Amino acid sequence: MRLTYFALMPWRYLPGDFREKHRSVWVDIDRRLYDPIKGHALYNEYLDLLEHAETLGFDGLGCNEHHQNAYGLMPSPNLIAAALARRTSRAALVVLGNSIALYNPPTRVAEEFAMLDNISGGRLVAGFPVGTSMDTNYTYGQIPALTREKYAEAHELIMRAWREDEPFAFNGRYTKLRYVNVWPKPLQQPHPPIHIPGGGSVETYDFCIKNTYCYSYLSYYGYVRAKALMKAYWERVAELGADESPYRAGFAQVVCVGETDAEAERLYAEHVNYFYNRCLHIHPGFADAPGYRTIKTIKMGALAQYGRRPKWETLSWKNLLDDAFVIAGSPVTVRDQLNELIKTLRVGNLYLLLHIGDMPADKAMHSARLFAEKVMPALREHWPEYGDDGRFWCHPLQQRVRPAPLAAARGAA
Amino acid sequence: MIKLRTIDTHQVPVQVFEGGEGENVVVLHDAGGFTAEHPFLLALARHYRVHAPLLPGYGDSVEAPNIRDMLDVTLHSFDVIEALGLNRPLLIGCSLGGMIAAEMAAIAPNDVERLVLIDPAGLWLDAYPVPDVFVLLPHEVPAVLFHDVEKGAKILTRGGDIDDPDFLIPYLINYARTFGMVGKFLFPIPDRGLKDRLYRIKARTRLIWGASDRMFPLPYASAFKAGIRNADLIVIPEAGHLPQLEQPAATVRAIVGF
Repeated sequence: MRLTYFALMPWRYLPGDFREKHRSVWVDIDRRLYDPIKGHALYNEYLDLLEHAETLGFDGLGCNEHHQNAYGLMPSPNLIAAALARRTSRAALVVLGNSIALYNPPTRVAEEFAMLDNISGGRLVAGFPVGTSMDTNYTYGQIPALTREKYAEAHELIMRAWREDEPFAFNGRYTKLRYVNVWPKPLQQPHPPIHIPGGGSVETYDFCIKNTYCYSYLSYYGYVRAKALMKAYWERVAELGADESPYRAGFAQVVCVGETDAEAERLYAEHVNYFYNRCLHIHPGFADAPGYRTIKTIKMGALAQYGRRPKWETLSWKNLLDDAFVIAGSPVTVRDQLNELIKTLRVGNLYLLLHIGDMPADKAMHSARLFAEKVMPALREHWPEYGDDGRFWCHPLQQRVRPAPLAAARGAA
Repeated sequence: MIKLRTIDTHQVPVQVFEGGEGENVVVLHDAGGFTAEHPFLLALARHYRVHAPLLPGYGDSVEAPNIRDMLDVTLHSFDVIEALGLNRPLLIGCSLGGMIAAEMAAIAPNDVERLVLIDPAGLWLDAYPVPDVFVLLPHEVPAVLFHDVEKGAKILTRGGDIDDPDFLIPYLINYARTFGMVGKFLFPIPDRGLKDRLYRIKARTRLIWGASDRMFPLPYASAFKAGIRNADLIVIPEAGHLPQLEQPAATVRAIVGF
């Protein structure tokens, strides 16, 4: 198992009447709710939590890209990964990822990921999301019906830029470059492992399987609801004749660990409530720009999920646990459910949302520490037969340079 | 009586509603599309031989992935006229269709002699930002589109229940096909540079505008009139963005004899 501590970095200070007074947490979020003095503290605290997760033994530290979003403070996940590259030494930097249709030219992504891979000594796991409609279409203005074509072209350009040592001309529809010659090269050759965040588009299954990328289902609605979608993915893996390594798949899950079930509710219920009832307050008009999903995906009924999405009014701690949106409780409770998740979804990568909503750092550290000490060891026993499958994880240099204060070294000499 | 037939074009087969007798007119639809029962087509067909092609993805027609931008759809629209065997017909465009018709007249000024633009899209005035139709929820649409909001709501909903999956999936498919297509020309800002090309239009042009258009309020009519050298303007009372739907008789009266 590969266990990644995944940070969303929510804004902690949405008011109690946020849902009544504001239409959306995303895209047109009220900018007056942002206070950069608090932001200064919050960014640094979230970076501290990620660094702390490395000391607890997590395999990866995860971040992602959102724009104009009060539950995700990372328009540029590469900045977060860069900060972590210097302050951590062992964990993978799981950047899930850069929305490659948004970068002009997309070789920017090839460059920045190569920089991260160099600085970190080969610890990068790179992600290429198509991006949500909120980010890609409404915030960054990409034409919905052309987004996937632009994404596919950007992907082709980046992969060629990483693989080819001769400068080449790229005559794309969306990007035209006379001299593609990305410098630096990624440390991991020919390129870092790639995880593709998916949200139910069937085209993404084939894309991942054919390219040997990890299909990562990032959902806030828990593993029970994810079963149908992941089952369809594994059926497609079999249809295309690929092997069934569980490392082909990943899943994100909200997890809260207490000493007991009762302690978990006492410590975390209000923060989970903040996340589901305030952070996920998204104007439905922003959810799926017309043309963003393919007709094939709509026909598969993936969007019917939206029709069945619960009305938020009633989402209590009990609702969230009963539907397994949240896995919370004592280490034994959490372990048993995660064991079931790993087996039923057949995933080798787990992205753990252990900080949630407006949770303060001390509670987040308590939950992460209990997870690391009392849950993680059991999860590590999964998939021993695939232990040597290195296709979906990073391969750091054995002898890595440690960040060293050169000035101090000179002073000593 | 309006009939549907399919013609071949370079891009894809195109469905065309046709009916009536008289002078040939080609009508380009708004983002809502046309049906055989559309009151504007029925009213127009009492005076003209009407040809109303559907954009690819509307109705049962196949999508055209190779139509990506304004130039593509403009040239495709000329291909449609060619395939219909028509020579410089009276060209009418509504909203998005008006944007395409204006673009056609600007790109090939000698091929469009007479032009009717009904609340056309295509310009952007900072003082009057156009509502974002791509985020409107179904219940919010009538207030933006219609003068008589209550009546407009009845025209639009046709009794579907958005919480019923049997209704929702076909609804979403149609919405993705049609608005996915028009998004190529209107998303995120319905301006593809037409204002810099209006000067090329030689066609005698009639602008028809709903007096209470909340999508493109009357200053947009003035901007079109100022940009096209030979244009006049008729304002239709008690009509919003879609006078052809809300006041079809008055709209046709404004065209007949032009």
